[in-house]
Amino acid sequence: MQVIITVIGTDKVGIIAAVTTRLAELQVNILDVSQTIMQGAFTMMLLAQLPEGADFAATKADLQGLGVEIGVDVKIARQEIFDAMHKL
Amino acid sequence: METQQIKETIQMISEENLDIRTITMGISLLDCITGDMATTAQHVYAKIVAKAKDLVPVADAISNEYGIPIVNKRIAVTPVALLAGADPAPDFRLLAQALDDAAKAVGVDLIGGYTATVQNGCTPADLALMTSLPEALATTDRVCASVNVGSTRSGLNMDAIKLMGQVVKDVAAIQPENAMKLVIFANAVEDNPFMAGAFWGVSEGDVAINTGVSGPGVVQRAIADQPEATFETICETIKQTAFKVSRMGQFVGKVAAERLHVPFNIVDLSLAPTPAPGDSVAEILETLGLSHVGTPGTTAALALLNDAVKKGGVMAAERVGGLSGAFIPVSEDANMIAAAKAGHITLEKLEAMTAVCSVGLDMVAVPGSTPASTISGMIADEAAIGMINNKTTAVRVIPVPGKGVGDSIEFGGLFGTAPIMPVNTGDASVFINRGGHIPAPIHSFKN
Repeated sequence: MQVIITVIGTDKVGIIAAVTTRLAELQVNILDVSQTIMQGAFTMMLLAQLPEGADFAATKADLQGLGVEIGVDVKIARQEIFDAMHKL
Repeated sequence: METQQIKETIQMISEENLDIRTITMGISLLDCITGDMATTAQHVYAKIVAKAKDLVPVADAISNEYGIPIVNKRIAVTPVALLAGADPAPDFRLLAQALDDAAKAVGVDLIGGYTATVQNGCTPADLALMTSLPEALATTDRVCASVNVGSTRSGLNMDAIKLMGQVVKDVAAIQPENAMKLVIFANAVEDNPFMAGAFWGVSEGDVAINTGVSGPGVVQRAIADQPEATFETICETIKQTAFKVSRMGQFVGKVAAERLHVPFNIVDLSLAPTPAPGDSVAEILETLGLSHVGTPGTTAALALLNDAVKKGGVMAAERVGGLSGAFIPVSEDANMIAAAKAGHITLEKLEAMTAVCSVGLDMVAVPGSTPASTISGMIADEAAIGMINNKTTAVRVIPVPGKGVGDSIEFGGLFGTAPIMPVNTGDASVFINRGGHIPAPIHSFKN
């Protein structure tokens, strides 16, 4: 299952490290990554592959928990919905 | 990875209130007819629970996985008046209770289809259902009712309209909130997923999924970004936005249907407001350049909005149906509530607006002293607009006992607050009491 993970918050040291470390622990493979500062906010988007048989709800809860820990907003959604909205 | 598109989608959902307003499962109950109401009610309960037991968990899982809120999970069933024809003395309380129990058992918030379609005439079962409405809506929590009293091909059943004026009064006399669950239609559609008027027409299949999308905030924001745009540009913007919003409905509906192993039926391309800030259809009209909704120009603004939403949405969905347009419920729209409180919008202006959008006089609170014949007159006027213009119209009006103009009634949650609106005090009783039928209109010489 491919997912889009977005991480938005106030910029500080170690956000990418924290998020990608947790993804590695969860065996989530990063396929594409984009990071920028948009209107002063740290904004990162990742296209990632969840491991076979992964529990989506548990992964989501885990990443959102990490977001709370490090003070950023983490969202995760299956990738198809973004294609559905924008691609013919 | 299209970061701009991802950002836009997330912004629509998290900041502009884009959501799937409803996933509604249509269930035919024609195979539940037995001739004995008690047995029929048992079959109704069993079928609904069997078919819809996974509806709420599936919708919740989709919402969680795809990050899009699915606000309501609902069921629409065959007009239940049709289930009673073979019972010489149908006790509709049994059916109402079965529907309510089934809705609670599967966890849906509302179930629609406590319905009679009487545009040509009333069977004894239709009459029994209509007169049972005050008790049925008072003794159930989740049952929604509708009565179709007219159509372009059949004309208006004025006897039914007279009766329904009194029924609305009787429903509201017990508890005004109960009148929120009763819609009186002309040209009712068979696949509408929105409550309170949803039912599953007899021409529909056994079970299917329908979705209704919503996103007034998304449209409003897109228009606000172009303060000096011409109408052509505005219409183009609305079309593009409606396309994106409708794609969500199509996608989510299809996924839900696959997971529930039932066909996917239609997407209803409606703009449905809620009282939440930034989720208002009236605000879209105001953003187009009207100081407040109700100002001259409002009907034209609504017409362009309604049409552009359809044009954008039609291409986004495989099958479009339901009501598909902009809703203008007074109590469910923050800017509409404000305009009604300030006297900027009147029932007469709302009536004019209903000629160009879906659906009708919706969630309008009126003084409790409003006579039944006046409510029948309002129903007849709306039905006439629908009949002549070949569109769906409806009345969901709440006469609030003991309250008058200047008061308001709080419905809570998505249903909002309704200021009591002034009603023309003229007398329609002689007209309404004539009885009979207004014939179907001629379909040529259109003017």
